[in-house]
Amino acid sequence: MPEQTPLPLPVPTIDNQAFWEACNRKELVIQHCPRCDILRHPPRPLCPGCRQGNLGWKQVSGLGTIYSYTITHQAIHPALKDRVPWNVIMVDLDEGVRMISHLVDCPPEDIRIGMRVEVVFEEVEAGVTLPYFRPTPH
Amino acid sequence: MESIKDKCAIVGIGETEYSKDSGRSELSLVLEASMKAIDDAGLQPEDIDGMVRFVVDPTPEEEVIASLGIPELTFFDELAYTGTAAGGLVAHACMAVATGLANNVLLYRAMNGRSGKRYGSGAITGRRGQGQSAFMEPFGLLVPGQQLAMYARRHMYEYGTTSAHFGAISVACRKHANMNPRAIMYGRSMTIEDHQNSRMIYDPFHLFDCCLETDGGAAIVISSSERAKDMRQRPVYVSAVAQSLVPPIIENGPISQTVAAKAGPRLFNMAGITPQDIDVAQIYDHFSALVLFAIEDYGFCPKGEGGPFVEGGRIEIGGELPINTAGGHLSEAYVHTVNHIIEGVRQLRGTSTAQVPDAEHVLVDTGEGVGAMVLRR
Repeated sequence: MPEQTPLPLPVPTIDNQAFWEACNRKELVIQHCPRCDILRHPPRPLCPGCRQGNLGWKQVSGLGTIYSYTITHQAIHPALKDRVPWNVIMVDLDEGVRMISHLVDCPPEDIRIGMRVEVVFEEVEAGVTLPYFRPTPH
Repeated sequence: MESIKDKCAIVGIGETEYSKDSGRSELSLVLEASMKAIDDAGLQPEDIDGMVRFVVDPTPEEEVIASLGIPELTFFDELAYTGTAAGGLVAHACMAVATGLANNVLLYRAMNGRSGKRYGSGAITGRRGQGQSAFMEPFGLLVPGQQLAMYARRHMYEYGTTSAHFGAISVACRKHANMNPRAIMYGRSMTIEDHQNSRMIYDPFHLFDCCLETDGGAAIVISSSERAKDMRQRPVYVSAVAQSLVPPIIENGPISQTVAAKAGPRLFNMAGITPQDIDVAQIYDHFSALVLFAIEDYGFCPKGEGGPFVEGGRIEIGGELPINTAGGHLSEAYVHTVNHIIEGVRQLRGTSTAQVPDAEHVLVDTGEGVGAMVLRR
Protein backbone atom coordinates (compact mmCIF):
# COMPACT_ATOMS: atom_id res chain seq x y z
CA MET A 1 0.00 0.00 0.00
CA PRO A 2 1.44 3.42 -0.94
CA GLU A 3 2.40 5.56 2.02
CA GLN A 4 -0.03 8.32 2.97
CA THR A 5 1.25 11.84 2.25
CA PRO A 6 1.37 13.62 5.61
CA LEU A 7 -0.26 16.93 6.37
CA PRO A 8 2.29 19.71 6.83
CA LEU A 9 4.10 19.25 10.13
CA PRO A 10 4.62 22.13 12.54
CA VAL A 11 7.94 23.89 12.08
CA PRO A 12 8.80 24.99 15.64
CA THR A 13 10.36 28.40 16.19
CA ILE A 14 12.21 29.85 19.15
CA ASP A 15 8.94 31.51 20.15
CA ASN A 16 6.84 28.34 20.27
CA GLN A 17 9.12 25.31 20.61
CA ALA A 18 8.16 24.88 24.30
CA PHE A 19 4.57 24.25 23.19
CA TRP A 20 5.61 21.47 20.82
CA GLU A 21 8.07 19.96 23.30
CA ALA A 22 5.25 19.76 25.85
CA CYS A 23 3.05 18.00 23.28
CA ASN A 24 5.77 15.38 22.94
CA ARG A 25 5.46 14.85 26.71
CA LYS A 26 1.66 14.67 26.24
CA GLU A 27 1.12 17.91 28.12
CA LEU A 28 -0.91 20.87 26.86
CA VAL A 29 0.80 24.10 27.85
CA ILE A 30 -0.20 27.63 26.98
CA GLN A 31 1.99 30.72 26.98
CA HIS A 32 1.45 32.72 30.19
CA CYS A 33 2.45 36.18 31.33
CA PRO A 34 3.31 35.99 35.06
CA ARG A 35 2.90 39.79 35.42
CA CYS A 36 -0.56 40.12 33.83
CA ASP A 37 -1.73 36.54 34.42
CA ILE A 38 -2.76 36.42 30.75
CA LEU A 39 -2.85 33.20 28.75
CA ARG A 40 -2.39 33.54 25.00
CA HIS A 41 -2.27 31.26 21.99
CA PRO A 42 -0.55 31.02 19.59
CA PRO A 43 2.64 32.10 21.37
CA ARG A 44 4.47 35.31 20.52
CA PRO A 45 7.57 36.97 22.05
CA LEU A 46 5.79 39.73 24.02
CA CYS A 47 2.74 39.82 26.29
CA PRO A 48 0.07 42.02 24.63
CA GLY A 49 -0.85 43.37 28.08
CA CYS A 50 2.49 44.62 29.44
CA ARG A 51 4.50 44.33 26.18
CA GLN A 52 7.29 42.56 28.04
CA GLY A 53 9.01 39.28 27.27
CA ASN A 54 10.19 36.54 29.64
CA LEU A 55 6.87 34.74 29.35
CA GLY A 56 6.23 31.41 30.96
CA TRP A 57 4.09 28.37 30.22
CA LYS A 58 1.12 27.04 32.12
CA GLN A 59 -0.24 23.54 31.87
CA VAL A 60 -3.99 23.64 31.18
CA SER A 61 -6.76 21.12 31.74
CA GLY A 62 -7.15 20.16 28.10
CA LEU A 63 -10.91 20.57 28.44
CA GLY A 64 -12.83 22.83 26.14
CA THR A 65 -15.90 23.50 24.04
CA ILE A 66 -16.25 23.46 20.27
CA TYR A 67 -16.74 27.07 19.10
CA SER A 68 -17.07 26.21 15.42
CA TYR A 69 -16.07 23.55 12.92
CA THR A 70 -16.03 22.60 9.26
CA ILE A 71 -16.00 19.27 7.51
CA THR A 72 -13.91 19.16 4.37
CA HIS A 73 -15.26 16.81 1.72
CA GLN A 74 -12.89 17.63 -1.11
CA ALA A 75 -9.31 16.37 -0.95
CA ILE A 76 -7.75 19.81 -1.25
CA HIS A 77 -4.34 18.43 -0.29
CA PRO A 78 -2.72 15.08 -1.16
CA ALA A 79 -2.72 14.29 2.57
CA LEU A 80 -6.52 14.29 2.61
CA LYS A 81 -6.84 11.96 -0.38
CA ASP A 82 -8.04 8.97 1.61
CA ARG A 83 -9.02 10.87 4.74
CA VAL A 84 -12.06 12.93 3.71
CA PRO A 85 -14.46 13.81 5.19
CA TRP A 86 -11.93 15.58 7.44
CA ASN A 87 -13.02 17.85 10.27
CA VAL A 88 -11.31 20.97 11.57
CA ILE A 89 -12.51 22.39 14.87
CA MET A 90 -12.07 25.59 16.84
CA VAL A 91 -11.90 24.78 20.54
CA ASP A 92 -12.34 27.35 23.29
CA LEU A 93 -10.36 25.92 26.20
CA ASP A 94 -11.89 26.29 29.66
CA GLU A 95 -8.95 28.55 30.58
CA GLY A 96 -10.08 31.06 27.93
CA VAL A 97 -7.86 30.59 24.89
CA ARG A 98 -8.79 29.19 21.50
CA MET A 99 -7.05 26.49 19.48
CA ILE A 100 -7.48 25.04 16.01
CA SER A 101 -7.50 21.25 16.08
CA HIS A 102 -9.03 18.04 14.78
CA LEU A 103 -11.71 15.95 16.51
CA VAL A 104 -11.23 12.18 16.75
CA ASP A 105 -13.55 9.39 17.91
CA CYS A 106 -16.63 11.19 16.58
CA PRO A 107 -18.54 10.67 13.32
CA PRO A 108 -18.75 13.92 11.31
CA GLU A 109 -22.54 14.09 11.53
CA ASP A 110 -22.37 14.16 15.35
CA ILE A 111 -20.06 17.20 15.62
CA ARG A 112 -21.84 20.19 17.15
CA ILE A 113 -20.98 23.69 18.31
CA GLY A 114 -21.01 23.61 22.10
CA MET A 115 -19.80 20.00 22.30
CA ARG A 116 -17.49 19.32 25.27
CA VAL A 117 -14.10 17.95 24.26
CA GLU A 118 -10.81 16.90 25.84
CA VAL A 119 -7.30 16.88 24.48
CA VAL A 120 -5.76 13.66 23.23
CA PHE A 121 -2.21 13.47 21.93
CA GLU A 122 -1.36 11.68 18.72
CA GLU A 123 2.16 11.07 17.50
CA VAL A 124 1.70 11.68 13.76
CA GLU A 125 5.37 11.11 12.96
CA ALA A 126 8.38 10.14 15.05
CA GLY A 127 9.02 13.06 17.40
CA VAL A 128 5.97 15.06 16.27
CA THR A 129 2.93 14.93 18.55
CA LEU A 130 -0.20 16.95 17.85
CA PRO A 131 -2.91 17.93 20.34
CA TYR A 132 -6.16 16.56 18.89
CA PHE A 133 -9.46 16.47 20.78
CA ARG A 134 -12.17 13.89 21.41
CA PRO A 135 -15.64 14.15 22.94
CA THR A 136 -15.55 13.99 26.72
CA PRO A 137 -17.16 10.88 28.25
CA HIS A 138 -20.71 11.54 29.46
CA MET B 1 -6.51 67.68 8.07
CA GLU B 2 -7.57 67.64 4.44
CA SER B 3 -9.56 64.59 3.31
CA ILE B 4 -9.04 62.73 0.04
CA LYS B 5 -12.82 62.59 -0.42
CA ASP B 6 -13.62 63.16 -4.08
CA LYS B 7 -10.04 64.25 -4.82
CA CYS B 8 -9.46 61.43 -7.29
CA ALA B 9 -11.35 59.57 -9.96
CA ILE B 10 -11.20 56.27 -11.78
CA VAL B 11 -10.67 57.38 -15.36
CA GLY B 12 -9.95 54.12 -17.18
CA ILE B 13 -10.91 50.46 -16.94
CA GLY B 14 -9.63 47.41 -18.82
CA GLU B 15 -10.12 43.66 -18.75
CA THR B 16 -8.92 40.65 -20.70
CA GLU B 17 -11.18 37.77 -21.57
CA TYR B 18 -11.95 35.67 -18.50
CA SER B 19 -11.32 31.97 -19.05
CA LYS B 20 -10.19 28.72 -17.47
CA ASP B 21 -7.05 28.49 -19.59
CA SER B 22 -5.63 31.68 -21.04
CA GLY B 23 -2.70 29.98 -22.77
CA ARG B 24 -0.76 33.18 -22.08
CA SER B 25 1.71 34.52 -19.55
CA GLU B 26 0.46 36.61 -16.65
CA LEU B 27 2.60 39.48 -17.94
CA SER B 28 0.75 39.32 -21.23
CA LEU B 29 -2.59 39.48 -19.38
CA VAL B 30 -1.42 42.49 -17.31
CA LEU B 31 -0.32 44.31 -20.44
CA GLU B 32 -3.59 43.76 -22.31
CA ALA B 33 -5.74 44.86 -19.38
CA SER B 34 -3.48 47.83 -18.67
CA MET B 35 -3.36 49.04 -22.28
CA LYS B 36 -7.14 48.84 -22.45
CA ALA B 37 -7.49 50.85 -19.22
CA ILE B 38 -4.98 53.47 -20.37
CA ASP B 39 -6.69 53.76 -23.75
CA ASP B 40 -10.12 53.91 -22.12
CA ALA B 41 -8.90 56.99 -20.23
CA GLY B 42 -7.57 58.56 -23.41
CA LEU B 43 -4.05 58.48 -22.03
CA GLN B 44 -0.75 57.17 -23.40
CA PRO B 45 1.39 54.63 -21.50
CA GLU B 46 4.03 57.29 -20.84
CA ASP B 47 1.39 59.30 -18.93
CA ILE B 48 1.42 56.56 -16.26
CA ASP B 49 3.84 57.60 -13.50
CA GLY B 50 2.49 55.51 -10.61
CA MET B 51 1.62 51.84 -10.10
CA VAL B 52 0.08 49.83 -7.31
CA ARG B 53 -0.12 46.06 -7.16
CA PHE B 54 -0.95 43.04 -5.02
CA VAL B 55 1.99 41.36 -3.30
CA VAL B 56 0.52 38.08 -4.57
CA ASP B 57 0.50 39.30 -8.18
CA PRO B 58 3.33 37.56 -10.04
CA THR B 59 4.12 40.52 -12.31
CA PRO B 60 6.53 43.17 -10.97
CA GLU B 61 6.08 46.83 -11.92
CA GLU B 62 9.40 46.95 -13.75
CA GLU B 63 8.24 44.23 -16.15
CA VAL B 64 5.21 46.35 -16.96
CA ILE B 65 7.12 49.58 -17.50
CA ALA B 66 9.78 47.79 -19.54
CA SER B 67 7.05 46.33 -21.74
CA LEU B 68 5.05 49.52 -22.17
CA GLY B 69 7.93 51.92 -22.67
CA ILE B 70 7.20 53.88 -19.51
CA PRO B 71 10.39 55.77 -18.62
CA GLU B 72 9.97 56.14 -14.85
CA LEU B 73 7.54 55.64 -12.00
CA THR B 74 7.61 58.30 -9.30
CA PHE B 75 5.30 56.25 -7.06
CA PHE B 76 4.84 52.49 -6.63
CA ASP B 77 3.39 50.45 -3.82
CA GLU B 78 2.52 46.85 -3.04
CA LEU B 79 0.00 45.54 -0.55
CA ALA B 80 -0.26 42.09 1.07
CA TYR B 81 -3.24 40.25 2.56
CA THR B 82 -3.83 38.13 -0.51
CA GLY B 83 -6.95 38.95 -2.46
CA THR B 84 -8.15 41.77 -0.23
CA ALA B 85 -5.58 44.35 -1.34
CA ALA B 86 -7.52 46.27 -4.00
CA GLY B 87 -9.30 48.72 -1.69
CA GLY B 88 -6.11 49.65 0.12
CA LEU B 89 -4.30 50.01 -3.19
CA VAL B 90 -6.97 52.44 -4.42
CA ALA B 91 -6.55 54.36 -1.14
CA HIS B 92 -2.79 54.53 -1.62
CA ALA B 93 -3.12 55.54 -5.27
CA CYS B 94 -5.51 58.34 -4.28
CA MET B 95 -3.14 59.52 -1.55
CA ALA B 96 -0.28 59.57 -4.04
CA VAL B 97 -2.28 61.55 -6.59
CA ALA B 98 -3.74 63.93 -3.99
CA THR B 99 -0.27 64.70 -2.63
CA GLY B 100 1.38 65.11 -6.01
CA LEU B 101 3.61 62.02 -5.89
CA ALA B 102 2.07 60.83 -9.14
CA ASN B 103 -0.43 62.04 -11.72
CA ASN B 104 -1.87 58.84 -13.20
CA VAL B 105 -1.68 55.61 -11.23
CA LEU B 106 -2.27 52.17 -12.75
CA LEU B 107 -3.65 49.33 -10.60
CA TYR B 108 -3.49 45.85 -12.12
CA ARG B 109 -4.18 42.24 -11.18
CA ALA B 110 -3.70 39.30 -13.51
CA MET B 111 -3.41 35.62 -12.84
CA ASN B 112 -3.69 32.22 -14.35
CA GLY B 113 -5.79 31.29 -11.34
CA ARG B 114 -7.31 28.19 -12.95
CA SER B 115 -4.63 26.83 -15.28
CA GLY B 116 -1.76 27.88 -12.96
CA LYS B 117 -1.71 28.57 -9.22
CA ARG B 118 -5.13 27.55 -7.87
CA TYR B 119 -6.16 29.22 -4.62
CA GLY B 120 -8.37 26.26 -3.71
CA SER B 121 -5.41 23.91 -3.47
CA GLY B 122 -3.90 23.51 -0.03
CA ALA B 123 -0.80 21.94 -1.54
CA ILE B 124 -0.12 25.08 -3.58
CA THR B 125 -1.09 27.87 -1.22
CA GLY B 126 0.08 26.29 2.03
CA ARG B 127 2.98 27.55 4.10
CA ARG B 128 4.17 24.05 5.01
CA GLY B 129 3.67 24.44 8.74
CA GLN B 130 5.87 27.51 9.03
CA GLY B 131 5.16 30.59 11.14
CA GLN B 132 1.67 30.72 12.62
CA SER B 133 0.50 28.14 10.08
CA ALA B 134 2.11 25.59 12.46
CA PHE B 135 -1.06 25.96 14.53
CA MET B 136 -3.41 25.41 11.56
CA GLU B 137 -2.03 23.32 8.71
CA PRO B 138 -0.98 20.24 10.73
CA PHE B 139 -4.62 19.97 11.82
CA GLY B 140 -5.82 20.08 8.22
CA LEU B 141 -6.78 23.77 8.08
CA LEU B 142 -5.15 24.47 4.75
CA VAL B 143 -7.16 26.95 2.67
CA PRO B 144 -9.23 30.08 3.35
CA GLY B 145 -12.45 28.29 2.40
CA GLN B 146 -12.21 26.03 5.45
CA GLN B 147 -11.62 28.98 7.75
CA LEU B 148 -14.58 30.90 6.32
CA ALA B 149 -16.73 27.78 6.50
CA MET B 150 -16.15 27.81 10.26
CA TYR B 151 -17.18 31.48 10.36
CA ALA B 152 -20.32 30.66 8.37
CA ARG B 153 -21.13 27.71 10.64
CA ARG B 154 -20.87 29.97 13.69
CA HIS B 155 -23.18 32.54 12.05
CA MET B 156 -25.73 29.77 11.44
CA TYR B 157 -25.47 28.76 15.09
CA GLU B 158 -25.81 32.28 16.48
CA TYR B 159 -28.49 33.67 14.16
CA GLY B 160 -30.31 30.75 12.57
CA THR B 161 -28.87 31.51 9.15
CA THR B 162 -29.29 28.65 6.66
CA SER B 163 -27.46 27.25 3.69
CA ALA B 164 -30.37 28.44 1.54
CA HIS B 165 -29.65 32.00 2.68
CA PHE B 166 -26.10 31.62 1.40
CA GLY B 167 -27.58 30.10 -1.74
CA ALA B 168 -29.68 33.21 -2.39
CA ILE B 169 -26.40 35.11 -2.79
CA SER B 170 -25.00 32.58 -5.25
CA VAL B 171 -28.26 32.65 -7.23
CA ALA B 172 -28.25 36.47 -7.39
CA CYS B 173 -24.67 36.51 -8.66
CA ARG B 174 -25.51 33.87 -11.25
CA LYS B 175 -28.56 35.79 -12.42
CA HIS B 176 -26.40 38.87 -13.00
CA ALA B 177 -23.69 36.80 -14.72
CA ASN B 178 -26.35 35.57 -17.11
CA MET B 179 -26.85 39.20 -18.20
CA ASN B 180 -23.09 39.67 -18.73
CA PRO B 181 -21.56 37.98 -21.80
CA ARG B 182 -18.04 38.43 -20.35
CA ALA B 183 -18.91 36.28 -17.33
CA ILE B 184 -17.50 32.75 -17.13
CA MET B 185 -20.93 31.46 -16.08
CA TYR B 186 -22.83 33.36 -18.78
CA GLY B 187 -25.52 31.13 -20.22
CA ARG B 188 -25.57 28.74 -17.26
CA SER B 189 -28.54 29.37 -15.01
CA MET B 190 -28.73 28.35 -11.33
CA THR B 191 -31.71 27.80 -9.05
CA ILE B 192 -31.70 27.52 -5.29
CA GLU B 193 -32.31 23.78 -5.78
CA ASP B 194 -29.19 23.58 -7.96
CA HIS B 195 -27.29 25.27 -5.13
CA GLN B 196 -28.66 22.94 -2.47
CA ASN B 197 -27.94 19.88 -4.62
CA SER B 198 -24.37 20.88 -5.47
CA ARG B 199 -21.77 18.75 -3.74
CA MET B 200 -20.37 19.66 -0.35
CA ILE B 201 -16.85 21.12 -0.43
CA TYR B 202 -16.22 22.55 3.03
CA ASP B 203 -19.39 21.96 5.06
CA PRO B 204 -21.46 24.16 5.28
CA PHE B 205 -20.19 25.40 1.90
CA HIS B 206 -21.51 23.63 -1.18
CA LEU B 207 -19.69 23.90 -4.50
CA PHE B 208 -21.90 26.85 -5.49
CA ASP B 209 -20.93 28.77 -2.35
CA CYS B 210 -17.34 28.82 -3.60
CA CYS B 211 -15.97 31.32 -6.09
CA LEU B 212 -14.54 30.54 -9.49
CA GLU B 213 -10.87 30.11 -10.25
CA THR B 214 -10.04 32.26 -13.25
CA ASP B 215 -7.38 33.08 -15.81
CA GLY B 216 -7.53 36.76 -16.66
CA GLY B 217 -6.45 40.30 -15.96
CA ALA B 218 -8.05 43.57 -14.95
CA ALA B 219 -6.71 47.10 -14.52
CA ILE B 220 -7.86 50.61 -13.67
CA VAL B 221 -6.31 54.08 -13.91
CA ILE B 222 -6.70 56.66 -11.13
CA SER B 223 -6.09 60.37 -11.71
CA SER B 224 -7.01 63.63 -10.03
CA SER B 225 -10.65 64.64 -10.25
CA GLU B 226 -9.58 67.91 -11.82
CA ARG B 227 -7.77 66.24 -14.73
CA ALA B 228 -10.48 63.62 -14.98
CA LYS B 229 -12.97 66.22 -16.18
CA ASP B 230 -11.00 66.60 -19.42
CA MET B 231 -10.49 62.90 -20.06
CA ARG B 232 -12.32 60.57 -22.41
CA GLN B 233 -14.88 59.05 -20.02
CA ARG B 234 -17.33 60.42 -17.50
CA PRO B 235 -15.29 60.56 -14.26
CA VAL B 236 -16.16 58.17 -11.47
CA TYR B 237 -15.10 59.83 -8.23
CA VAL B 238 -13.53 57.98 -5.33
CA SER B 239 -15.79 59.49 -2.71
CA ALA B 240 -14.33 57.55 0.20
CA VAL B 241 -11.84 54.80 0.98
CA ALA B 242 -11.19 52.80 4.13
CA GLN B 243 -8.88 50.08 5.37
CA SER B 244 -9.04 47.99 8.52
CA LEU B 245 -6.64 45.49 10.04
CA VAL B 246 -7.10 43.83 13.43
CA PRO B 247 -5.31 40.92 15.15
CA PRO B 248 -6.39 37.63 13.53
CA ILE B 249 -10.01 37.04 14.62
CA ILE B 250 -9.53 33.28 14.23
CA GLU B 251 -7.32 33.40 17.35
CA ASN B 252 -9.81 34.89 19.78
CA GLY B 253 -12.28 37.26 18.12
CA PRO B 254 -15.94 36.83 17.29
CA ILE B 255 -15.85 35.15 13.89
CA SER B 256 -19.37 35.84 12.68
CA GLN B 257 -18.55 39.44 11.78
CA THR B 258 -15.84 41.12 9.75
CA VAL B 259 -13.91 44.36 10.07
CA ALA B 260 -16.44 45.90 7.66
CA ALA B 261 -18.16 46.80 10.95
CA LYS B 262 -15.16 49.03 11.69
CA ALA B 263 -14.37 50.26 8.18
CA GLY B 264 -18.00 50.96 7.24
CA PRO B 265 -18.70 53.91 9.56
CA ARG B 266 -15.42 55.58 8.54
CA LEU B 267 -16.24 54.99 4.90
CA PHE B 268 -19.76 56.38 4.99
CA ASN B 269 -18.65 59.28 7.17
CA MET B 270 -15.97 60.27 4.65
CA ALA B 271 -18.45 60.01 1.78
CA GLY B 272 -21.02 61.99 3.76
CA ILE B 273 -23.72 59.39 3.17
CA THR B 274 -25.45 56.50 4.94
CA PRO B 275 -25.80 52.89 3.79
CA GLN B 276 -29.30 53.78 2.59
CA ASP B 277 -27.74 56.07 -0.04
CA ILE B 278 -25.93 53.13 -1.69
CA ASP B 279 -27.69 52.20 -4.94
CA VAL B 280 -25.69 49.09 -5.77
CA ALA B 281 -22.92 47.15 -4.01
CA GLN B 282 -20.02 45.10 -5.34
CA ILE B 283 -18.91 42.84 -2.51
CA TYR B 284 -15.95 40.45 -2.26
CA ASP B 285 -17.50 37.03 -2.68
CA HIS B 286 -14.83 34.35 -2.49
CA PHE B 287 -17.51 32.52 -0.48
CA SER B 288 -21.20 33.40 -0.54
CA ALA B 289 -21.57 33.78 3.23
CA LEU B 290 -19.10 36.66 3.30
CA VAL B 291 -21.52 38.77 1.26
CA LEU B 292 -24.13 38.15 3.94
CA PHE B 293 -21.64 39.17 6.64
CA ALA B 294 -20.81 42.35 4.67
CA ILE B 295 -24.47 43.30 4.22
CA GLU B 296 -24.86 43.18 8.00
CA ASP B 297 -21.51 44.68 8.90
CA TYR B 298 -21.82 47.70 6.57
CA GLY B 299 -25.19 48.34 8.17
CA PHE B 300 -27.67 47.48 5.40
CA CYS B 301 -29.56 45.46 8.01
CA PRO B 302 -29.11 44.69 11.72
CA LYS B 303 -26.50 42.10 12.69
CA GLY B 304 -27.92 38.62 12.39
CA GLU B 305 -30.69 39.55 9.96
CA GLY B 306 -28.64 39.07 6.80
CA GLY B 307 -30.30 35.74 6.07
CA PRO B 308 -33.84 37.07 5.69
CA PHE B 309 -32.43 40.24 4.04
CA VAL B 310 -30.90 38.41 1.07
CA GLU B 311 -34.12 36.53 0.31
CA GLY B 312 -36.96 37.53 -2.00
CA GLY B 313 -34.85 39.15 -4.70
CA ARG B 314 -33.76 42.07 -2.52
CA ILE B 315 -30.14 41.72 -3.67
CA GLU B 316 -31.00 41.04 -7.31
CA ILE B 317 -31.34 43.63 -10.07
CA GLY B 318 -34.58 45.50 -9.46
CA GLY B 319 -34.30 44.87 -5.70
CA GLU B 320 -33.47 47.22 -2.87
CA LEU B 321 -29.72 46.51 -2.88
CA PRO B 322 -28.49 44.77 -6.03
CA ILE B 323 -25.11 43.17 -5.43
CA ASN B 324 -22.36 41.99 -7.78
CA THR B 325 -24.17 43.09 -10.91
CA ALA B 326 -21.57 41.58 -13.27
CA GLY B 327 -21.72 38.22 -11.49
CA GLY B 328 -18.99 38.69 -8.89
CA HIS B 329 -16.32 36.18 -8.02
CA LEU B 330 -18.99 33.53 -7.74
CA SER B 331 -20.08 33.74 -11.38
CA GLU B 332 -18.18 36.37 -13.41
CA ALA B 333 -14.49 35.86 -12.63
CA TYR B 334 -12.07 35.69 -9.71
CA VAL B 335 -9.73 38.61 -10.23
CA HIS B 336 -9.48 39.73 -6.61
CA THR B 337 -12.17 42.43 -6.88
CA VAL B 338 -10.54 44.51 -9.57
CA ASN B 339 -13.48 43.24 -11.64
CA HIS B 340 -15.79 44.44 -8.85
CA ILE B 341 -14.28 47.94 -9.02
CA ILE B 342 -14.65 47.92 -12.81
CA GLU B 343 -18.31 46.92 -12.50
CA GLY B 344 -18.79 49.74 -9.99
CA VAL B 345 -17.38 52.16 -12.56
CA ARG B 346 -19.69 50.78 -15.25
CA GLN B 347 -22.72 51.29 -13.02
CA LEU B 348 -21.78 54.96 -12.61
CA ARG B 349 -21.08 55.40 -16.31
CA GLY B 350 -24.43 53.78 -17.09
CA THR B 351 -22.87 50.93 -19.09
CA SER B 352 -23.48 47.85 -16.92
CA THR B 353 -25.16 44.81 -18.44
CA ALA B 354 -27.36 44.83 -15.30
CA GLN B 355 -27.73 48.58 -14.99
CA VAL B 356 -29.30 50.09 -11.89
CA PRO B 357 -31.16 53.15 -13.22
CA ASP B 358 -29.47 56.43 -12.25
CA ALA B 359 -27.02 54.79 -9.86
CA GLU B 360 -25.24 57.54 -7.92
CA HIS B 361 -23.35 55.75 -5.16
CA VAL B 362 -21.68 52.36 -5.36
CA LEU B 363 -20.10 50.51 -2.45
CA VAL B 364 -17.16 48.32 -3.43
CA ASP B 365 -15.94 45.98 -0.68
CA THR B 366 -12.63 44.48 -1.71
CA GLY B 367 -12.47 41.85 1.02
CA GLU B 368 -14.24 41.55 4.36
CA GLY B 369 -13.81 45.26 5.08
CA VAL B 370 -10.01 45.04 4.97
CA GLY B 371 -10.39 47.44 2.05
CA ALA B 372 -13.43 49.27 0.74
CA MET B 373 -14.52 52.34 -1.22
CA VAL B 374 -17.54 54.39 -2.15
CA LEU B 375 -17.62 55.49 -5.78
CA ARG B 376 -19.96 58.19 -7.06
CA ARG B 377 -20.69 59.91 -10.35
